[in-house]
Amino acid sequence: MSVVYSSYLPLLPELALAIGAMVLLLAGVMQGEGSARTVNVLTIFVLIAVGAFVVMIPPGRHTFFGDSFIVDDFARFLKLLTLAGSVGAMLLSLNFLKVERLQKFEYGPLILLSSLGMLVLISAADLIALYLGLEMMSLALYVIAAFDRDNVRSTEAGLKYFVLGALSSGMLLYGASLIYGFTGTISFAGIAKAAGQGAPPLGLIFGLVFLFVGFCFKISAVPFHMWTPDVYEGAPTPVTAFFAAAPKVAGIAMFVRASIVAFPGITEQWQQIVVFVAIASMALGSFAAIGQRNIKRLLAYSSIGHMGFALVGLAAGSVEGVQGVLIYVAIYVAMTLGTFAVVLSMRRDGVLVENIYDLSGLARTHPTIAFMLAALLFSLAGIPPLAGFFAKFYVFLAAINAGLYTLAVVGVLTSVVGAYYYLLIVKIMYFDEPARGFAPMPGSLRLVLAIGGLSNLLFFVYPAPLIGAASAAAKSLF
Amino acid sequence: MNWPILSVTTFLPFVGALFIMLVRRDDPTGNGTARWVALWTTLVTFGISLAMVMRFDPAVAEFQFVEKHPWLGFANYHMGVDGISLPFVILTTALMPICIIASWTAIQKRVKEYMIAFLVLETLMVGTFSALDLVLFYLFFEGGLIPMFLIIGVWGGPRRVYASFKFFLYTLLGSVLMLLAIMAMYWQAGSTDITVLLRHEFPLNLQKWAWVAFFASFAVKMPMWPVHTWLPDAHVEAPTAGSVILAAILLKMGGYGFLRFSLPMFPAASHDFAPIVFALSVVAIVYTSLVALMQEDVKKLIAYSSVAHMGFVTMGIFAATTQGIAGGIFQMVSHGIVSGALFLCVGVVYDRIHTREIAAYGGLVNRMPVYAAVFMLFTMANVGLPGTSGFVGEFLTLIGTFKVNPNVAALATLGLILSACYALWLYRKMIFGALEKPALAGIKDLGLRELVIFLPLVVLTILFGVAPKPVLDMSAASVAQLVEHYNLAVKTPGKTAGLP
Repeated sequence: MSVVYSSYLPLLPELALAIGAMVLLLAGVMQGEGSARTVNVLTIFVLIAVGAFVVMIPPGRHTFFGDSFIVDDFARFLKLLTLAGSVGAMLLSLNFLKVERLQKFEYGPLILLSSLGMLVLISAADLIALYLGLEMMSLALYVIAAFDRDNVRSTEAGLKYFVLGALSSGMLLYGASLIYGFTGTISFAGIAKAAGQGAPPLGLIFGLVFLFVGFCFKISAVPFHMWTPDVYEGAPTPVTAFFAAAPKVAGIAMFVRASIVAFPGITEQWQQIVVFVAIASMALGSFAAIGQRNIKRLLAYSSIGHMGFALVGLAAGSVEGVQGVLIYVAIYVAMTLGTFAVVLSMRRDGVLVENIYDLSGLARTHPTIAFMLAALLFSLAGIPPLAGFFAKFYVFLAAINAGLYTLAVVGVLTSVVGAYYYLLIVKIMYFDEPARGFAPMPGSLRLVLAIGGLSNLLFFVYPAPLIGAASAAAKSLF
Repeated sequence: MNWPILSVTTFLPFVGALFIMLVRRDDPTGNGTARWVALWTTLVTFGISLAMVMRFDPAVAEFQFVEKHPWLGFANYHMGVDGISLPFVILTTALMPICIIASWTAIQKRVKEYMIAFLVLETLMVGTFSALDLVLFYLFFEGGLIPMFLIIGVWGGPRRVYASFKFFLYTLLGSVLMLLAIMAMYWQAGSTDITVLLRHEFPLNLQKWAWVAFFASFAVKMPMWPVHTWLPDAHVEAPTAGSVILAAILLKMGGYGFLRFSLPMFPAASHDFAPIVFALSVVAIVYTSLVALMQEDVKKLIAYSSVAHMGFVTMGIFAATTQGIAGGIFQMVSHGIVSGALFLCVGVVYDRIHTREIAAYGGLVNRMPVYAAVFMLFTMANVGLPGTSGFVGEFLTLIGTFKVNPNVAALATLGLILSACYALWLYRKMIFGALEKPALAGIKDLGLRELVIFLPLVVLTILFGVAPKPVLDMSAASVAQLVEHYNLAVKTPGKTAGLP
């Protein structure tokens, strides 16, 4: 018994999440709508417990189910990050659900189920596991996007996300079937072996392209980003925060693992795609955000740009590159959740306002919030000494080493363009005359803002832990 | 050397800023506390930096007060100063208390934030001059944009938003290319440690690209023609103390960068590109001097004159002779004092009349004799009158350049004449003549606070003009080593690796 227990210990996080989701769902059904708040609070504890299980996994590399499920340092790092993103999103949701009268007990279990999908996705080592994880994550996400079901914008967002998501899943499946057809295997290691011999067959490249289309859709990279601004704007704001953090981490994880592990033999081929997607995302993310006045749409374009920057590290295709990607997404999650904490506190007369000019003079009305948000915005723009600078630094460092000079130059230039709209918000907060203040910020939002803001502000003081962990995680892929 | 004197100098202002953050009161009492904390912090920092000068051994060309701690893995927290950086550190710490006093009554809104921004800026500026790791340098160098952006944007004039954005984005655009060059250098040399890189010989191809990238950053910061256009806007809109810091210290980061990185790390590229720098410098000297002649705004005129004076500095630095480089450093220090003082002079009358239009003044000598005398001294120093510090720097850079390229030096001399034209024209317009403007009828002469600000600057301007030796001695050994290294690298490529 103890042998079985210890050998399956690495699966405990996923099992605990599945059981937790089902138990909470049952409890919710039994107790009715009144239990919603309890269920949602318990969700946070489940997520934290799962995080503890991830930490408890013995070091080294574990594989399960005929090598289709793998737990290594890479998976550990990203699972913790995903769970942190989910916990952050849940904390952001609590007050919102109460005030907006959306207390429904399904919310927590849905977050748990999509988190489960993400964890499976992160550990997937073959195409079937990858698809299973992806769909479990996405189906739950479609529902949460439409969670405010009496609101036209929210249902529209959910429907739009579902239709386009289903299309992209179809493409991904089509690519997977082509890859299977031309290599005769679905495991990443097997594909790597088959693709490494001689000239890669055209069908495999074809399949790769379709697979990447699916990946790009999930992380909302250009040219498959069109759903992002609408879904971000329409979905309830804490759900938007969730979308911007956890699924992006899982999507990047799947992108990186599949590219590095399954296709090392044809790096040249997929590198071209990643370089193009990265350049397009960074450029669009920077230029398109300039005209936005709705802060959720603006952050949608900002996240498109950030995914482009993260992909710069992947394009390098090296250990340093993957390390850069991991550092990038970790810092990105902290920045995003912190920023959304402020977005969620923009409440005036009981209504959430979303125009960036509603932040006018925030430095006078709420100096601490303004200071934190300014730090986060400078960090998003990549200005030293804030964390966002180091995120960009590591991905570009890898790109330079890989000889991708054009990508690096375009990348840093678009980061200057992007700096404009972050500065614009700082300008609105600090230079403009104060508007009416917001309602006091709830404690849970303060907590998320404090963690996000301070970790960005003080990252430079002691960066070693994150960089060391990311380095170990990156090495485990090679 | 038991306590980290350099880190204390760097981070003490930051600690002061944290203290001010703790001040919760938003009334005159809280503002007063913020002012006093800021003043004492900057004074103590200045005192510590003076102690550093006492302990500094000018005979040694190597870095002193070195501190090194692990930080990012490949990049360390490595600090140290030599004869090239120490003058700038002192210049920074010396001007900060003056800036704080100059803002004492002029800044009435959001005093706490203002003082915090200045103290943080001081930490970043001192850090820039004493960082011995490229990543750390970049951190300080770029980090300075944030407080300066806020200083211009929050406490600036009517077009402050435009000016602050232009300042920020212009400088950022120049710097990001330098960041990529830093990365390329890291992969080539395997380190971002400046002491290691100074001994590393980069292949010519990389030298050229990296030189261009560094040049993009420092030329914007300096600023050199034709990327100087952010400066007049930033100067005009910034509050007085912001202009002082901008002119006196932030601009010097460009010159310091040329001396610390471009010249010693890419000597072959510097040698090849020197004619371009000379051309741009001469254009800057002559063209911006002519532009200055046309200005109707006092601050704009001084801003353009700064660009012209920085032209002498770049010219001297890239002449790469002992006199040229020593003159460049001296000119930067002198310009830091003189241009800072000139902006303070403008601030004095601006605080009283609230206009910067030259035409709004005239005949001030009748009501403000002391002010007229002070303004006269700094105008003369700006022109480069012998006996003032302005003369020494310009003279040395001209000598240094003459040895390398007489034509450039001859053309640059034209700038001296033009600077006399605009400076004296400005002085006559504002100070002499009859006091006709009704707004000026009741204007008061310098108060005690203002005298306290100007006194040290007056003393230093004359002292450095008559006895420039202390400053020149401080940097002599480091400059000599730099020139020797440069000549060796240019004459015999491949022989620099074994330099001590």
